[in-house]
Amino acid sequence: MGYLAKLRVWRGDAGSGSLQDYKVEVNEGEVVLDVLHRLQATQASDLAIRWNCKAGKCGSCSMEINGMPRLGCMTRMSTFTEVETLTITPMRTFPVIRDLVTDVSFNYAKAREIPSFTPDPSVKPGEFRMRQEDVNRSQEFRKCIECYLCQNTCHVIRDHEENKESFAGPRFLMRIAELEMHPADEADRRDIAQEDFGLGYCNITKCCTEVCPEHIKITDNALIPMKERIAGRKYDPLVWLGSKISMRPKSKGTPAVPGKR
Amino acid sequence: MTQVSDPPARTRAQIKERTLRTDPWWNRGRVVATLLTIWVAYATVRVFTGHWYFAPGYNYLTPFYSPCVSGECVPGASTLGHWIPAIPPIIPYAFISLPFVLGFRLTCYYYRGAYYRAFWRSPAACAVREPHATYSGETKLPLIAFNLHRFFFYMAVIISVLNTWDLVNAFWPTTAVTPDGTHLTHGFGFGIGSLIILANVVLLWAYTLSCHSCRHITGGRLKHFSKHPVRYWIWNQISKLNKHHMALAWTTLTSLMVTDLYIMLVAANAFPDLRIFN
Ligand code: SF4
Ligand code: SF4
Ligand code: FES
Ligand code: FES
Repeated sequence: MGYLAKLRVWRGDAGSGSLQDYKVEVNEGEVVLDVLHRLQATQASDLAIRWNCKAGKCGSCSMEINGMPRLGCMTRMSTFTEVETLTITPMRTFPVIRDLVTDVSFNYAKAREIPSFTPDPSVKPGEFRMRQEDVNRSQEFRKCIECYLCQNTCHVIRDHEENKESFAGPRFLMRIAELEMHPADEADRRDIAQEDFGLGYCNITKCCTEVCPEHIKITDNALIPMKERIAGRKYDPLVWLGSKISMRPKSKGTPAVPGKR
Repeated sequence: MTQVSDPPARTRAQIKERTLRTDPWWNRGRVVATLLTIWVAYATVRVFTGHWYFAPGYNYLTPFYSPCVSGECVPGASTLGHWIPAIPPIIPYAFISLPFVLGFRLTCYYYRGAYYRAFWRSPAACAVREPHATYSGETKLPLIAFNLHRFFFYMAVIISVLNTWDLVNAFWPTTAVTPDGTHLTHGFGFGIGSLIILANVVLLWAYTLSCHSCRHITGGRLKHFSKHPVRYWIWNQISKLNKHHMALAWTTLTSLMVTDLYIMLVAANAFPDLRIFN
């Protein structure tokens, strides 16, 4: 049943390292993470891998397998042929701690900058009522397991380290969209989504959607609707005309949380 | 005392390969680039041809010449009248609608993603390094102007109404001519050409209504769906269509080309329209 798979695994730390060749036994029904664990148990006891649930729910085992960002625990060995060499590397967008383990703190820093849920203070806890249709959209985004595969794949920061400052990445633009679609939220994050979190950098090429293991339609359901909300504020000719006629003063958006970086 | 050294500076894994993908990731981009180029070449040639755009008798007007408002337009084709004097097709006869049709497609979220990938290669495929040293996306001119998609959507709705008007005419052909040829009678009738035009117009409406801007305007902009049941229902319907926006983007390119080709061949007398009724 079993066979020996050819693996090329990136080993190293502080950025310098190389691909090393191994041959590891594979049994029926196994996933890439199982095989990496066998490699660790039998040949490379110092191989660093991050993992936790082995069930695609904790988002720890993000890596790149044959160049595609994936979860190690959800990638079946049966999707590859027995003769091909599997190349396994850490996520490219984040700094390496060691071997396949990367430092993803960029993501936590971005998360802290987003103004959190802001309900109307006069509504007492337990008073607000929502129906299922009010939360359907947010619930799709809430499936996120924070694996950061989308962040890793997005070319805006993957290929341009310098954009990390001004771009929060699909995961956190989706967080903004979730709050903006929340029926009880009163803040207005449209200006900061564009100016501080860099939604304009996204060119809707949908790679975040392509790699999301939870199959969240990040681009269609979060990023484009967010672009549209901003267009409604800044670029809609009818809205512009209406604001000229009614002379309503333009409201200021909620600012980003300062000093979190 | 033991000397504690600083932890090593953390940098990304240094991997020089542009990508380690082993699948044919370049395929999709090549197919998209080829098909879009063919379509644009065909449409450009047709728009500047200046003939075979109207099949009199059957009342078929190709969408590339609608509305036909140049003084050059043959009688029968310009149902909305002549807006400018006769000029050769250096200016397309449908100059009034073509910029908006082009703008609508150019700023469409689907096409944007498609040509950024296929032509600009940023990125050519996911997890494949793009060939540019810097990247600012849609944050600056000219690309920031793509936020005007909303405006082109409003115009596209008007143009869809014009297309529907052409459809009505395609079902209202000339049924009789007086012997001296001066007086034409019109009545209900249709042929294969009318059905092709019908399919094209239905698809164009579907493409237009499945637009992300439409999805936003009709309901997506709301926070509290349960307070707006009607708009929530509309949003749900548009969302269903929106899932097929990419498919509609490609089918409408095909249907536009087929419709134009058919009308061109009938107008050039390559073959007569196959009539089903009248
Ligand atoms: S759709 Fe936007 S956010 Fe998602 S990967 Fe592409 S550029 Fe990045
Ligand atoms: S959105 Fe998807 S890809 Fe991104 S972090 Fe969440 S689960 Fe992972
Ligand atoms: S180990 Fe938890 S997602 Fe893979
Ligand atoms: S037409 Fe494609 S998104 Fe509007």
